[in-house]
Amino acid sequence: MQKTSNDKQKTNWSVTLKQNNWTIEIISVLLLILFFMPIIIVLINVGKADNNAIILDPLGLPQNYLSNFLNNIERILTHRQIRYFSSFGYSLLITTLSLTAIGIFSSMAAWVLVRTKTKYSKAIFFLFLSGLVIPFQVVMLPLVRLLQDITNITGIPMKETVHGIVLTYVGFGAPLSVFMFYGFIKSVPLEIEEAAIIDGCNQSQVFFRVVFPILKPIFVTMLVLNGLWIWNDYLLPVLVLGVKNPVQTLPLSVGVLAGLYTKDWPLILTQVILAAIPLLILFLFVQKHIIKGMTSGAIK
Amino acid sequence: MKQNIIFGSSRRAQNNRSFLIFLLPSLSAFLIFVIVPFFTGVYYSFTNWSGLNTGNESFTGLDNYRQILNDPQFGFSFLQTATYSLLSVVIINIVAFGLALLVTQKTIMKNVYRAGFFLPNLIGGLVLGYIWQFLYNRALIIWFDPSLISVGNTSILGLTIVVTWQYAGYIMMIYIAALQNVPQDLIEAATIDGANAWQRLRAITFPLVAQAFTIALFLTLVTSFKQYDTVVSLTQSGPAMQMPIWFANLYGINPITVQSTEVITYNIYETAFVRFQLGVGQAKAILFFLLIGVIGGLQVYFTQKREVEM
Repeated sequence: MQKTSNDKQKTNWSVTLKQNNWTIEIISVLLLILFFMPIIIVLINVGKADNNAIILDPLGLPQNYLSNFLNNIERILTHRQIRYFSSFGYSLLITTLSLTAIGIFSSMAAWVLVRTKTKYSKAIFFLFLSGLVIPFQVVMLPLVRLLQDITNITGIPMKETVHGIVLTYVGFGAPLSVFMFYGFIKSVPLEIEEAAIIDGCNQSQVFFRVVFPILKPIFVTMLVLNGLWIWNDYLLPVLVLGVKNPVQTLPLSVGVLAGLYTKDWPLILTQVILAAIPLLILFLFVQKHIIKGMTSGAIK
Repeated sequence: MKQNIIFGSSRRAQNNRSFLIFLLPSLSAFLIFVIVPFFTGVYYSFTNWSGLNTGNESFTGLDNYRQILNDPQFGFSFLQTATYSLLSVVIINIVAFGLALLVTQKTIMKNVYRAGFFLPNLIGGLVLGYIWQFLYNRALIIWFDPSLISVGNTSILGLTIVVTWQYAGYIMMIYIAALQNVPQDLIEAATIDGANAWQRLRAITFPLVAQAFTIALFLTLVTSFKQYDTVVSLTQSGPAMQMPIWFANLYGINPITVQSTEVITYNIYETAFVRFQLGVGQAKAILFFLLIGVIGGLQVYFTQKREVEM
């Protein structure tokens, strides 16, 4: 974990005096507890047997908390339409494949766009940039139709498939990723690549052996930004994968459950916890990377 | 030209080929799935494309756009989206900046606070909506009855609180990065000169973090306008309410019932996939695109004017 110079130069806007620090510490702790109240209340209610228990006392800790909670978990894990493990697996597969493809393809494109100085490369870069300002809603209807058209013409299924949604994510992830890689590669000195060419590397060797490893910091940023987006995405999967089809991601499964059991809150909340927990666990381990990735992504 | 060592004329043919090979995977996915639908979408917005007649739609000129301008629910969706965006831009940024000031103090558990306030950002929009629907309608209802999201006049505020909980920690991180770049000695000098905390904040900190304000305001504005997932699970565009009289007067009609949290994105989805008026939905999407472009552009233009170079 690298510390930036910003971290070291911890500035303090108000020059607080020592005696103030305890007040601020206590205010911070109280605010943090307030911030966590929604999660705490959810955690209390996942251990209730049914909705009646919630209506009677929504904020009280129930008896048999653990056995009720385990029972709710079991109901979700064994439910045929929620398909938790399969949904988790598809979410993981789709996110991993999309991130890999976006990472490799966008960095390749950004590299040749930086290193080739022609009017075409400039124009193509600006074309990518234009993608940053297009909201998804503007392309979603024609996109659904296009996917169907591709299938009708080529016979290759696109909707309701893993490769269909991954390819779509590669297209939609390209603008931001190319933009970020482009900015980073511009600051990579050309001498390194020249030395590699003199040593006999061809183009793809120069990129994959010399340039690619240098991109690590920006790659992490790219992974975090795109990973959070794809993992939590709902609208695009609804349109491309559809609801209640074999290929189902975690957000889709949450939607299915809430549609089936509109009033069974203990079950819905258990599913909410089960859907959010993978990312929260990941956050505990790579917290610094996630925060740094999201912040530097925004500032660039 | 240094580039000639790599892309010299003697190797031009080979380099043109590898230029294309490196570019094609990303560019073709982008062209096929973003750029092509964008342009076909512009065309569809001028047609009577409906769910059933794929391939048979005909060009109808500005009919869709005319229909939209006379649609009170769409106008109301725009009003509610704009109100919600304005409200959430203000609240999110105040909360985020306040939190950033708090966690840049010399406290023991500073990093715990930062990670904690950031945490809700990891929860997806759809899941978030269910959590808060439960909180509003089942848990907090013992103190606040009726809940914010069950009354048309306050549902937008209810949505704003949810999104603030999710997004403030992220925007806080942007402000933290900016606050850490404010030189300590400037603040110390001002303190010695007798400036109080508010004066130091107003005269030194605010101008120096103005660039972060530009970014944060832009991000919150655009994110608010594009809000969709959370509305789906929090309110499903409801509850219904009577439109205000002044608003009905704009259309020259008597007040009718409208959906209070049917934001523009939700309205587009409903038009296309519930009413199967895909051409009309697409025309709404095009208007939405122009709207975001104009509002986002204006915001950046005006806040950038206030930035100070160090």
